[in-house]
Amino acid sequence: MSTTTAVDDRVATTSSFTRLMRRPEIGAFMGALVVYIFFALVDQTGTFFSLDGTARWTDVASTYGIIAVAVAMLMIGGEFDLSSGVMIGSSGLFAGLLITEYNIAVWPAILMTFVFAAGIGFTNGWLVVTTGLPSFIVTLAMFFSLRGINLGVTKVLTDTVRVAGVDEGPDGGMRPGFESAEAVFASTLTQYNFRIAVVWWIALTVIATLVLTRTKFGNWIYAVGGDANAARNVGVPVRRTKIVLFMYVSMSSCLVGIISLTRLKSMQAGQGVTQEFIFIIAAVVGGCLLTGGYGSAIGGTIGAAIIGMAFIGIAYAQWNTDWTWLFLGLILFAAVFTNSLIRRRFQGARR
Amino acid sequence: MTEVSTNEPAALALENVGKRFGSVIALQDVSMSVPKNQVTCVLGDNGAGKSTLIKILSGVYTPTEGQMYVNGEQTTFNSPREALDNGIATVYQDLATVPLMAVWRNFYLGNEPTKGFWPFRGLRTKYAKESCKAEMAQMGIDIRDPEQPVGTLSGGERQAVSIARAVHFGANVLILDEPTSALGVKQSGVVLKHIRTAAESGVSVVFITHNPHHAYLVGDNFYLLNRGRMLAEYTKDTVSREELVKAMAGGAELDALAHELGAET
Repeated sequence: MSTTTAVDDRVATTSSFTRLMRRPEIGAFMGALVVYIFFALVDQTGTFFSLDGTARWTDVASTYGIIAVAVAMLMIGGEFDLSSGVMIGSSGLFAGLLITEYNIAVWPAILMTFVFAAGIGFTNGWLVVTTGLPSFIVTLAMFFSLRGINLGVTKVLTDTVRVAGVDEGPDGGMRPGFESAEAVFASTLTQYNFRIAVVWWIALTVIATLVLTRTKFGNWIYAVGGDANAARNVGVPVRRTKIVLFMYVSMSSCLVGIISLTRLKSMQAGQGVTQEFIFIIAAVVGGCLLTGGYGSAIGGTIGAAIIGMAFIGIAYAQWNTDWTWLFLGLILFAAVFTNSLIRRRFQGARR
Repeated sequence: MTEVSTNEPAALALENVGKRFGSVIALQDVSMSVPKNQVTCVLGDNGAGKSTLIKILSGVYTPTEGQMYVNGEQTTFNSPREALDNGIATVYQDLATVPLMAVWRNFYLGNEPTKGFWPFRGLRTKYAKESCKAEMAQMGIDIRDPEQPVGTLSGGERQAVSIARAVHFGANVLILDEPTSALGVKQSGVVLKHIRTAAESGVSVVFITHNPHHAYLVGDNFYLLNRGRMLAEYTKDTVSREELVKAMAGGAELDALAHELGAET
């Protein structure tokens, strides 16, 4: 990071410590350490600190993190997506119904589901950039529409509110292709039962970070979120950038939908609803500004890790898990408050 | 018209251009030409239609009437990108940079230097930071740290980032929207000097301002815009500064201007 070209006497104040403190996710990182130590101390079962315990909380964090990273990118680009939670259910149901009701082979069905998710994301993005309405409203409308469609279509096609038997072939045996899909999306690794979703999570975090910091498109994301007019004036394709971000969020929800479907071998029509705010909490705890133009992908990942630790840590402390929501509320406020303090302290005055 | 424009086509020209927004006529019957390697000033008070004119020249608006010529060829721009592709770069008064982004990221925004092949095409971050610093130094602005957000720079430095950026990316025509209006005396001087250097190095400059003193210092041709119409047209050898100031102010605020004049000369 630090360039050691001509030494300028005026950059002496920006030590490597200050540089580190300037990172958007620094508050979340320190918060994650505190939360980790806290739950390790209150742990009643002695497993939170162990590899088994780590496998548990990373499992929870991974499915949140995959989407939180995408939501963080979209937030940096200056937009919201409230349909990110319900899209988990929509994609799982879409794939499940294609497989069970229309007998489409597993892999083609998964591929079609990703195309479907990309289409939903495109619709969100296209509506936002062409109508100029706030993305909060547009995606809220998408959220409720999909919620209705999920229930309605599932009831019409299956007479229940769930799609089941995705793994069962028509002749009673294992459905062809399901095993390989399960290996890719829902297998476990090592004797500690780390889920493969963790690998997806880490890989997507790394890719998103590289895209944000090291590519042209990443530069555009910061620009459209920071000042869409200025970006347009210097020739950045603002509309395209935003639409691609919406598509990425929907497709990451789709990935989580497919992960749940292959793991549970069934899908509830209400799956994913109410999770949209967890992703937004993760992104904001991770240092993204609600107003756009500032944040990082790794911040979303750290935010998701904190939430994963909270869900599992509270259970291991043998407290009633209802307290998880209180904890999330407090952590959201504390993290955003510290983030803004750190920013003011280390970034210098901002106009 | 000047003699130059008869020999070779103007870098940029408008012919009877008009722009309406519904029933509002923002510009009407505006003709102007921007000769190559010269500084063409457009003077006008608030509400004269300067902003609309800039937006037409830079491709943000498409005119509702009239024609536009680039190097003598008729052209229409449907987006700022198309204007940029034709070598027309615009530096906006306040909408030019993204405050939260690092200086070097702003400098290369929309023209990012990359290397490698898709999907592994990455930014040349080290090169970008160094060349941004060098480019700014050439303009007389020594930025401390290319990583610092543009929002922490002063107004003049921000303007300098935008101008240096446009010149660096080989603009043939540089449109400057009130580049000196938010600057101190010394920084205005630096910017004006840079406008002159740019013109001498082969860039045609459109300098939009409400300050006739600044315009007269660097301009070759002057257009006076008022209430959406082109009122008058001068060249440097046919007009004196006093005449320009008088035409611009319409005699109304001469006292205040005389004071300003006295302070400057």
